Amino acid sequence: MPELLMTYLPIAIFIGVALVIGLALMIAPFLVAVRNPDPEKVSAYECGFNAFDDARMKFDVRFYLVAILFIIFDLEVAFLFPWAVAFKEVGAFGFWSMMIFLGVLTIGFIYEWRKGALEWD
Amino acid sequence: MALTALFFYLFAGVTVMSGLLVIVARNPVHAVLWLILAFFNAAGLFVLLGAEFLAMILVVVYVGAVAVLFLFVVMMLDVDFASLRAGFIRHASIGAFVGLVLLVELIMVVGFRVVGKASDVVAGAAKAPASTGPVLTNTEALGRLLYTQYVYFFQAAGLILLVAMIGAIVLTLRHKEGIRRQSIAAQNARTPAAAIEVVKLAPGQVIVPSGERRG
Repeated sequence: MPELLMTYLPIAIFIGVALVIGLALMIAPFLVAVRNPDPEKVSAYECGFNAFDDARMKFDVRFYLVAILFIIFDLEVAFLFPWAVAFKEVGAFGFWSMMIFLGVLTIGFIYEWRKGALEWD
Repeated sequence: MALTALFFYLFAGVTVMSGLLVIVARNPVHAVLWLILAFFNAAGLFVLLGAEFLAMILVVVYVGAVAVLFLFVVMMLDVDFASLRAGFIRHASIGAFVGLVLLVELIMVVGFRVVGKASDVVAGAAKAPASTGPVLTNTEALGRLLYTQYVYFFQAAGLILLVAMIGAIVLTLRHKEGIRRQSIAAQNARTPAAAIEVVKLAPGQVIVPSGERRG
């Protein structure tokens, strides 16, 4: 196995251990816990009265706006990683190209702030 | 070597299986969760190919952000299974046609070149780190090219992100009318002289506040 992949082996082992522990904790209750269900026990409990309606309802579209604005800045940060690693090699040109990139996105950020997209209502 | 092959078949198998479950899952939310599993295993395949940076970006951007976006979109839909299935027979012919077109395209893209065998990928995983050299990491190799040689594409990516940001705000931002927002500057500028009113009150007298009405 190449050396690069050997450095990832602990992560694979970790994921395996986490998988085993997680599955064990999910399966163990089926085997050891006392199960004696009746309709009242398994029905939804809502402070004494019967449930009004289904819990699955539509999300507000504003959550979508928050998520998409998050993705954009997530991608901006993703572009920063190779730039930071190769900072010495790219020189002044690479530095200023990143500054222009950040400037363009800062324009978007100012627009977003001034429009009040970061406020909830 | 055998361990690499084992991990390749593990990741590839889970990717294909979870990809299949994405399209057959009844509940759209479950389909998105299977999609997240497929993303994770594709990241594992990238690591096997020596593309560490792509693998990490796949986890950070796709699992961290795109999957959340998909979940929001799915939860925003009114998931009414009866109406979803109602048009199935009526639209089945169109759907089959679109699927056929996509299948032909896939065959034309993949089928005309020699389909790489799985063992080639495993062998490529053994070679990939050596080809970039021992000191130059994946991320650094990208960084050296992206910001200098491919600067126009890089700036175009920034502009596309700007357009996406403005588009999302224009399309979805709806402010409610008549909301009393917090104004921190106004709060800080308040002085006791402006905020407090001292009144003499005779017994039994009722006073209506003369200044701003309290919300």
